[in-house]
Amino acid sequence: MHIVVCIKQVPDSSQIRVHPVTNTIMRQGVPAIVNPYDLFALEEALRLKDVYGAHVTVLCMGPPQAEAALRKAISFGADDAVLVTDRAFAGSDTLATSFALASTIAQINKNMAIDLVFCGKQTIDGDTAQVGPGIAKRLDLQLLTYVSQVETVDTERRDIIVQRRAEGGVQVLKTRLPCLITMLEGTNEMRFATQAGIFRAARHPVKIWDKTAAGIEDPAKIGLKGSPTVVSKVFAPKPKTIKAELITCESDTPKDLAVTLIAKLLTQNPNLETAIGKGAR
Amino acid sequence: MREKFDAIVVGAGPAGNAAAYTMASAGMSVLQIERGETPGSKNVQGAILYADALERIIPDFRDEAPLERYLIEQRFWMLSDDAYVGSTYRSEAFNRPPYNRYTIVRAQFDKWFSKKVQEAGGLVICETTVRELMFDGDRVAGVRTDREGGAIYADLVVLADGVNSTLAVKAGFHPELKPKDVALAVKETLFLAPEVIEQRFNLKGEEGVAIEMGGNITQGMVGTGFLYTNRETLTIGVGCLLSDFAQQKIPPYVLLEQMKTHPAIRPLLEGTELKEYVAHLIPEGGYNAIPKLYGNGWMIVGDSAGLVNSVHREGSNLAMTSGRLAGETVIELRAAGKALNTANLALYKRKMDESFVMKDLKKYRRLPDVLHKNPQFFTAYPELLNGAMHQIVSVDGTDKKSKEREVRRSFGQRRGLFGLMGDAFKLWRAFE
Ligand SMILES: Cc1cc2nc3c(=O)[nH]c(=O)nc-3n(C[C@H](O)[C@H](O)[C@H](O)COP(=O)(O)OP(=O)(O)OC[C@H]3O[C@@H](n4cnc5c(N)ncnc54)[C@H](O)[C@@H]3O)c2cc1C
Ligand SMILES: Cc1cc2nc3c(=O)[nH]c(=O)nc-3n(C[C@H](O)[C@H](O)[C@H](O)COP(=O)(O)OP(=O)(O)OC[C@H]3O[C@@H](n4cnc5c(N)ncnc54)[C@H](O)[C@@H]3O)c2cc1C
Repeated sequence: MHIVVCIKQVPDSSQIRVHPVTNTIMRQGVPAIVNPYDLFALEEALRLKDVYGAHVTVLCMGPPQAEAALRKAISFGADDAVLVTDRAFAGSDTLATSFALASTIAQINKNMAIDLVFCGKQTIDGDTAQVGPGIAKRLDLQLLTYVSQVETVDTERRDIIVQRRAEGGVQVLKTRLPCLITMLEGTNEMRFATQAGIFRAARHPVKIWDKTAAGIEDPAKIGLKGSPTVVSKVFAPKPKTIKAELITCESDTPKDLAVTLIAKLLTQNPNLETAIGKGAR
Repeated sequence: MREKFDAIVVGAGPAGNAAAYTMASAGMSVLQIERGETPGSKNVQGAILYADALERIIPDFRDEAPLERYLIEQRFWMLSDDAYVGSTYRSEAFNRPPYNRYTIVRAQFDKWFSKKVQEAGGLVICETTVRELMFDGDRVAGVRTDREGGAIYADLVVLADGVNSTLAVKAGFHPELKPKDVALAVKETLFLAPEVIEQRFNLKGEEGVAIEMGGNITQGMVGTGFLYTNRETLTIGVGCLLSDFAQQKIPPYVLLEQMKTHPAIRPLLEGTELKEYVAHLIPEGGYNAIPKLYGNGWMIVGDSAGLVNSVHREGSNLAMTSGRLAGETVIELRAAGKALNTANLALYKRKMDESFVMKDLKKYRRLPDVLHKNPQFFTAYPELLNGAMHQIVSVDGTDKKSKEREVRRSFGQRRGLFGLMGDAFKLWRAFE
């Protein structure tokens, strides 16, 4: 079985700050991490590798430093890594990104036929959840989104059964291979890399592909040209300034606390009393 | 598969990077192990980079290293509660390349240095903690990490794991740090627009300033404070002996918060926004606390050997120099076909003794003890100096002679004649 896992390198959003003066997002010095959602996809692929045996290729489109994300995936147990990087990709929106990734996956497929493609549910910086479905559509793959667990894969019968989290319950779905899965977060726990894995990651020759190697012929389909989405404006919403207030109370019996609180509410919102009165009637 | 290297370096701070770079550049197979997510992610220096030490390792570092500002001005402040006496040295000589000192952001600087190690052929692995050294008899034969299958072998292990080197303690190479031999420093990085920094500190372009502070900000504890300008941040911090913190029961962050409200400091911080807050230990034991630097199959460099000159707030340069000298020692011994045993590695100690590292630390060997036993240097004198300055500067109808008498009286009253003479002698001896 050949599994491709798409991972994106993203800025660690917990460490992003807005510049107090210019109000722009400051990326300088913000550490880059593997999109957290993609780790669930990777772990699920590695779990399948443990169960069925598989060759796991990780794929990332991004700047040269995104190689670190791929090495990390190798340390966990992925077998191969491809970084597609080219200045021509700059400014890609989800349409152009999914085009470039689909084209790369098609190239990988030429060397070793692919059975499964994994994506994260979404990224923490773009948040669109469009890239996975975009790839599936372009490559004519079966598409299963919001998957919480892969139950079985049968490469003979060429089918897969998964659990999918849906509103109000879990669906058990079966479809044909090849198939693209977007994986839900919190569904498994990433393994700890072994020492051998760390060494393999440090030494692994990551494949670095430019747009030609990725099989892209039409430059109008990638980068800014291939991206109809335009960011017309970025702004930080005005923070709401609601003052916290310490309400003191004579004693801390539940009754006193409740009475004090209600008294406070009613003095601050005089209309509340009549409104409640109406409601009661 | 059994992993074996010519040398393993534990830690990717300035000391470890210098050692790994030196050895890898000479064609040795070097493995460097860092517990942080990336090199530098755990590092906390102020931080001033002294060009000389790095220049001897990477001569053209200025072309590529991430440097913030070069220092053209140094201020020393002695603070009382509401005043300070100070001196400033600013020189156009510092404004001509090659610049002598820079402010840096360690997280970025260490990452760059580590990349140089990798370019030189060193293998660097992160997010991996060395748990203990492995021995073959009394010879260090490698390290064991926290990962499954973590036994890794080498002819030599360089300990560059920083202050509080648990590995060296565990291996019995040196005793546990004593609270009186280590300072706890807390530091904040604060955002401020470059234009504002330049205006506020009288700078232009990439010029920078460093302020070193002593006095009441440490509330009677042995310690100092500092404020440095980076490109678009300020670094402010204060450090005091751990033993004093324990005794005075002042939480370090409270000390820093109070320092930030000092009337001389507060205006410099106006409009800043907190980027990060960190705390770190600094070895302050000085010369007398330096452990054995080498043994059979191992050497120890940088903070883990206690190589910090606290008088001049130099640490990273001692770290880099010791790392380089350790690396050069190994290269020489290997070229001569000599074993890396205790007798031969004594060459490292000889190189260190000849360098400024040991000479400087030796010069100040008495200082830690003197300062520890004489808190008046951190309490009485800042008040007295500021009081004296106030007398001298203010014009209020009192004749100058009376003012001088008043200054002398204030000093005599606080310390007594013998106290004053004794203090002068102690300081002279400590700096001699
Ligand atoms: C309105 C808008 C405008 C944008 N404008 C720009 C711009 O001008 N310039 C610019 O550089 N970026 C821009 N971006 C960001 C860029 O479009 C996205 O980073 C990129 O298209 C991926 O979309 P996403 O992050 O929402 O991924 P999602 O669709 O949320 O990602 C789903 C999954 O797809 C996979 N995936 C996504 N991206 C990659 C990747 N690069 N490599 C491997 N796998 C991946 C991962 O498995 C991921 O979990 C813009 C985004 C938006 C929403
Ligand atoms: C607040 C503050 C301000 C300072 N200001 C200055 C200054 O302005 N100028 C100056 O020159 N010096 C300054 N210093 C001192 C300077 O930071 C140190 O002297 C210098 O960092 C020492 O370098 P090192 O490589 O020995 O140790 P470190 O920089 O501490 O590096 C040790 C590395 O080893 C890693 N490590 C530790 N244990 C293990 C393990 N078991 N396995 C794997 N990895 C491990 C750590 O994660 C770390 O990356 C300052 C220090 C502090 C705390």
